[in-house]
Amino acid sequence: MHMADLLPNEEYKVNLEVFEGPLDLLLYLIKKDEVDIYDIPIGRITTQYMEYLDLMKILNLEIAGDFIVMAATLMVIKSRLLLPDEDRGPVEEDDEDDPRWDLVRQLVEYKKFKDAAGFLGQLEEIQENVFSREGEHVELGMRPDVGMSDVSIFDLISALNQALDRAPKEELNEIFAEQFTVSEKVDYLLEATKNGKPLTLGRLFRGMRSRQEIVCTFLAVLELMKLNRLVARQDNHFDEIVIEQIENGEPEPVLQKDEQL
Amino acid sequence: MSSIEVLPELKQIIGSLLFAAKKPLTAKEIRKVLTDAGAGYGGPYVQFAEIKEDEIVAAVTELTEELARSSTGLCIAEVAHGYRLQNEINCGPWVRTLLDKDHNARLSKPALETLAIIAYRQPILRSEIESVRGVAVDQVLRNLVEMQLVKVVARSDLPGRPWLFGTTQRFLEHFGLRALDEMPGMEELKRMEKPERTKTFPAMEKELELRAQEALTEDDDESGEIEETN
Repeated sequence: MHMADLLPNEEYKVNLEVFEGPLDLLLYLIKKDEVDIYDIPIGRITTQYMEYLDLMKILNLEIAGDFIVMAATLMVIKSRLLLPDEDRGPVEEDDEDDPRWDLVRQLVEYKKFKDAAGFLGQLEEIQENVFSREGEHVELGMRPDVGMSDVSIFDLISALNQALDRAPKEELNEIFAEQFTVSEKVDYLLEATKNGKPLTLGRLFRGMRSRQEIVCTFLAVLELMKLNRLVARQDNHFDEIVIEQIENGEPEPVLQKDEQL
Repeated sequence: MSSIEVLPELKQIIGSLLFAAKKPLTAKEIRKVLTDAGAGYGGPYVQFAEIKEDEIVAAVTELTEELARSSTGLCIAEVAHGYRLQNEINCGPWVRTLLDKDHNARLSKPALETLAIIAYRQPILRSEIESVRGVAVDQVLRNLVEMQLVKVVARSDLPGRPWLFGTTQRFLEHFGLRALDEMPGMEELKRMEKPERTKTFPAMEKELELRAQEALTEDDDESGEIEETN
């Protein structure tokens, strides 16, 4: 892929740690495509998985090595599925024999824990309004893990993917065209979301003709989320993502790589 | 020494204990207080020294109902195996304002997931949590231990004697759970680790046979896995 060209001239790293793992990405893709978890179309899911992985690499997100391991696992499963049945080994119970089975079991199990985590999250929300004498709430510290509680990184990447798909194919003169920078997009975003004005990612990317501009804008969104200046939310799964500015008296974010950009 | 003209009822005493307590009180702890107070003060105080736990439970129930009926803004909840006097949930926003707790600091999704896995599978190794989540958890785990939602409960017998983690009393308090079994599907998730199907003996034999075969070719497999994909 030559998409790495889309990055601003200097390598720009958002340093956004991705908390979600490969299983989260797979569950996300399965849900997005509404496929049966017990009958995963491995070929299609693998292609999509690699696409997201490529984008994450291009964005220089700090992804865990586990993502690569899972990619290899998917490829192995895919290749085993290509083998005729008799070559796969002794045929016993069909489930056990399906090369996908281990992965399916792992995904189903993980999904159950994710649901349980959702249950805990609901309880926590209720308990926020409950106080007892001297009963101190657990101190979680001032920095809630990035304003990403509602939107997963995969939702964001999916929005980026769509915007890139819509953008016209690069033309030759694009090379000589003006280069966009992340810091300039940071300023633009802060201006566009001033006074609590919500902005959908779709509207943000609309009208952007250069893929490089889209990537720069996207990195600026991540950067501002990381600095807790923007929060992203999504009312329903796979709905439009809305970004909003968090109003607080904090100083303007300083981009360390400003000069280079 | 002060004297009392009218001896309070059991539920009044319990109410005042719950008010003064800094953490949820169990029926057993309440009973101990009653016994100790009887021994310490003597006289009429001995009257409650011999109270049984089920009488305490009955008194708490009565008190809980009366509190709910009289709309005092207070209620008694069963939390972390004990009873806790707390505000009624719909009054929360005012209490939060008073205590200046208006910032929403909730646990992150990875933290909640890690907690859920520990809650269902404890005692559990870090590596086991990681194999469920498919991603490293050391930082998340360290934070949870720091917040006292999770603690080291033992060391395993495995090489290197790695730590086994479990949830704390504070975990139950934070989520307002009476006990772990209040979490949904506790029985199922606890067991899912093991194969869901109960294997018949011939099936087990066959599996062992397969494993042996695999073990023989394992070295080739491991180095060959990546290449296979090309």
